[in-house]
Amino acid sequence: MSDSVHFIEVSDLKKSLGTQQVLRGVDLKIRRGESLVVLGQSGEGKSVFLKHLIGLITPDSGSIRIDGEEIVGKSERELALVRRKIGVLFQDGALFDSMTVAENVAFPLRERGIRKIPELLEKATEALKVVGLEAHLAKMPINISGGMRKRVALARAIITQPECILYDEPTAGLDPIVADSIDHLIRRLQREFHVTSITVTHDMKSMFHIADRVAYLREGRIYFLGTPEEIRASQDPAIRRFIEGKSDETLKEEAAQSSKTGAGTVPLAPRDESA
Amino acid sequence: MVQVVFQGLGRIAIHFFGYLGQLADLFRETAAAFFIGVKRPALIGRQVVSIGFGSQLVVVVTGAFTGAVFAAQTYFKFSEYGLESGVGPVVSIAMCRELGPVLTGLMVAGRVGAAMAAEIGTMKVTEQIDALRAMGVHPTDYLVLPRAAGMFFSMPLLVAEATGFGIAASYLVTVVGFRVPYSWYDVQIRAFTSLGDISIGMIKGFVFGVLIVLISCHQGLTAKNGAVGVGRSTTSAVVISSLAILISNFFLSVLLNYFFPLGGSTN
Repeated sequence: MSDSVHFIEVSDLKKSLGTQQVLRGVDLKIRRGESLVVLGQSGEGKSVFLKHLIGLITPDSGSIRIDGEEIVGKSERELALVRRKIGVLFQDGALFDSMTVAENVAFPLRERGIRKIPELLEKATEALKVVGLEAHLAKMPINISGGMRKRVALARAIITQPECILYDEPTAGLDPIVADSIDHLIRRLQREFHVTSITVTHDMKSMFHIADRVAYLREGRIYFLGTPEEIRASQDPAIRRFIEGKSDETLKEEAAQSSKTGAGTVPLAPRDESA
Repeated sequence: MVQVVFQGLGRIAIHFFGYLGQLADLFRETAAAFFIGVKRPALIGRQVVSIGFGSQLVVVVTGAFTGAVFAAQTYFKFSEYGLESGVGPVVSIAMCRELGPVLTGLMVAGRVGAAMAAEIGTMKVTEQIDALRAMGVHPTDYLVLPRAAGMFFSMPLLVAEATGFGIAASYLVTVVGFRVPYSWYDVQIRAFTSLGDISIGMIKGFVFGVLIVLISCHQGLTAKNGAVGVGRSTTSAVVISSLAILISNFFLSVLLNYFFPLGGSTN
């Protein structure tokens, strides 16, 4: 629809939930085909931000343009067309538990009017092959592992070949090996199919693996926007603390240690994060 | 002190009218879905089976035993005055106008309303409804419309069934059990039961169906806080639906009696 280099443009997005002001003016432009990772501590509003991008939450104020089209203020029925350009991988997969794996994956196609069972089955098998689960077509979501559920949900998100996929904590709660395979899938989809990817996570390893750019959400605003290398090299104390994963307790211990030894702050451990 | 009481009352009023507003909103959305939404005949069919066919045992037993016990109690007293011929019409009118629709409504609220709230509530707390919306599927079209259509179709028929079984059971108790002559029973029922009585039952059944669907789906769609929240929604769906049926039944009885007066001559 739009020839702009940006697929998503968010400006001055504000949202309060109850008495808490979660988003206090988020400005962010996401280029077509890039993989952007949104980092932030738990409770900083990352998932809330992600849900705004597809109109699942209505902002208090601000603007969100998807492919050049303003979505704020649109009704649920008007949003349906915009939403078809975007796939979403929810945190726990959000598979329909009354349907089999194949029915789940084929669901978006069925809703777009494809009714022939052999065609649906073929496309579902194709999508499941991408995530390596074509052997589990007939299983119910309850009978597969958490990592498999996420991969099935990913197959469901890609079956309609969306221009953009939103990933909400794609590696949360998974063992490192499964998490790594999910990272590879995200990267592969972005590289091979030129899918614009927006990933919300606090998994640093995953971030270094999949990000072209990183946005760090802090206190309801984009605190930092840059490449993974830039964030790794950043000397900003808030960013350093997040990257190194230091809680208040650790900082207190370090302060106590340094006051005993008279040494300065503990040097940063180098990280090997080959993408 | 007075101020605190009024503040409390005000809060309750705001909460109550806010709730009514949300129900009205869901009603408007569901009505819109009937006209402009995507219809899924397979899902509607599944709901007719689940609501209509699935409630057979409950409705038949409720209708039959209510009719039977009502006939027996009426016979015990009426027979003292030699009014055995009046048992049939009393049971028939009561079943058509009140007992059939109200008891069917309460049983369906317990069986179907609870299931609706639990199913939709679970989908809500596990983000399945967000997933539907994210795929461009309107939750009202997909979840509420088939249930509403299934309920609108099934409920009047279930009421008719419960009423019919109630009257049939009263026949067994009165004519077969207590040996009241069949001709008395038959003639009196025909003389006193009008088409208006049957219409009232059907209309009430339809209205109760609307109330059960709206209240139960609303409870499911607004469920939060995981399993505890779904449990609370399910309980609320049954309690609020049942109360709504009992309260609205009074107003419906008064209103519908204006159009179909008791003992009216419409045959």
